[in-house]
Amino acid sequence: MTTSFAAQVNSIMAALILLTAFGLLVQRRILGLLHLFAWQGLFLCLSTAIVGYVTGVHHLFISSILTLTLKVIVLPYILYALIEKLHIKKEIETLVNIPATMLIGIALVIFSYHLTAPITQLSTLVTRSTLAVALATVMLGLLMMVTRRHAVTQIIGFLALENGLFFAATSATYGMPMVVELGVALDILIAAFIFGIFFFHINTTFDSLDVEQMAKLKEED
Amino acid sequence: MTAYSYTIEAVQILLLLFAAPAFAGWVRTVKCRMQGRTYAGIFQPYRDLAKLFSKDVILAENASWIFRVTPYIVFGVTVMIGGIIPLISIDLPFAATADVIALVMLFAIIRFFTALAGMDIGTAFGGMGSSREMTISSLAEPAMLMAVFTASLAANSTSLTQMVHVMAHGEFTLRPSLAFALLAFIMVHLTETGRVPVDNPSTHLELTMIHEAMILEYSGRHLALIEWASMMKLFIFSSLGIAVFCPWGIAASGDLVGMLIGAGVLAAKLAVLGIILVLIETGLAKMRLFRLTEFLGSAFLLATLGMLSFFILE
Repeated sequence: MTTSFAAQVNSIMAALILLTAFGLLVQRRILGLLHLFAWQGLFLCLSTAIVGYVTGVHHLFISSILTLTLKVIVLPYILYALIEKLHIKKEIETLVNIPATMLIGIALVIFSYHLTAPITQLSTLVTRSTLAVALATVMLGLLMMVTRRHAVTQIIGFLALENGLFFAATSATYGMPMVVELGVALDILIAAFIFGIFFFHINTTFDSLDVEQMAKLKEED
Repeated sequence: MTAYSYTIEAVQILLLLFAAPAFAGWVRTVKCRMQGRTYAGIFQPYRDLAKLFSKDVILAENASWIFRVTPYIVFGVTVMIGGIIPLISIDLPFAATADVIALVMLFAIIRFFTALAGMDIGTAFGGMGSSREMTISSLAEPAMLMAVFTASLAANSTSLTQMVHVMAHGEFTLRPSLAFALLAFIMVHLTETGRVPVDNPSTHLELTMIHEAMILEYSGRHLALIEWASMMKLFIFSSLGIAVFCPWGIAASGDLVGMLIGAGVLAAKLAVLGIILVLIETGLAKMRLFRLTEFLGSAFLLATLGMLSFFILE
């Protein structure tokens, strides 16, 4: 595999990650969201593996395998088990309607392209062009957390945001040091467990996972 | 411009006129097979057209000249579009008359007159169909334009023959932008040709119909021309997709062997495309009218992402 061909394949992976990020933004069904999240993890894992192969930075393979186990298998499974246990099946309400969300998403992509353009010109890495996509994925994850009311969707948005950060690390500097990556992976796993506990508590207190309900906790003026 | 290239042009238009019903028949046959129904063979559309041509035209009392002239405009413009898209060879004298942007506008002319004719008689169905068609096309057209812009960015030209030339005979590169544009184009294709998630081509007299509602008052040769034009539209959209996204096999010059190979390759691609179309149609349920904004919004989103990823990633 030549470097330029690898760069092309990596661009395709970046495009697919961006596509799944938008998919997460517009998907209404919660199971569909989980599938999309798993796909995003898979594309991220492939992209990391390709970059690791081309550049010879071998710890990227370890991060790739970590991504595969954590973000493609373990986390979606945990969330799936939670959804099954809490009987959340219905379509999710969004705060902003979906076409408007898409337009905001496009604006965010243009913004991140504009923001990373100077960095891209300075960089000499194979992966420099994907930095804009990585930043856009972070922003889209953030947008998803803002526009959704449901606790589970907000968590998926958070995890997608983390995917974007990981991708940014790979494209900007060929990955963070191994220790940091292991730490982040562990953090994500622990976070998933804590989310689970919180979901149960929110659900038993309010009989719903709609975070709007938490407004009730405010003291009366 | 020699007489020879005009011959090629004439051959292409004849091919369009006479292969389009067969393609429509092929799609129907595969669809029937897929859904376990008996099928009438791929030549049934020819028999339908022949039957309609032999029948008398019945005009409503208050039909104006718009109603009478629309079938001819629709048919004529469709044939003209067919003369512009490279089907088997890129050596087309007509191709210089219009690029892809003009092509989208030609489709808009067809739609404009069909919608006018739908409202002309004054029946409730016609007006409803026209209003739906206009709503949908106002959403589909930007997506279509963005998709072809993305493809023409890659080729550095909006001329179709130039795009085919660069894609088919240039250096092969993996382009994420074209993949996005292709997805968007498929969604627009389904919309524009009235396929299942948007409109159902096989229903007549159903409350959810769009294209059928507009042409409900037509009969005889008028109906035959419109039906023929809509079969050609299906053929044209499919071969436009082939020309822009998968042009390998279209002859670079006008030599006979190349064109024969081109015709064979086109037939094979169309056959595969028909099967894909049927798979999409059988796999999806018809969408609620108010969900169509999201469907076409996603098409626009994909096309825009394609254009952005051209700048970001390529």
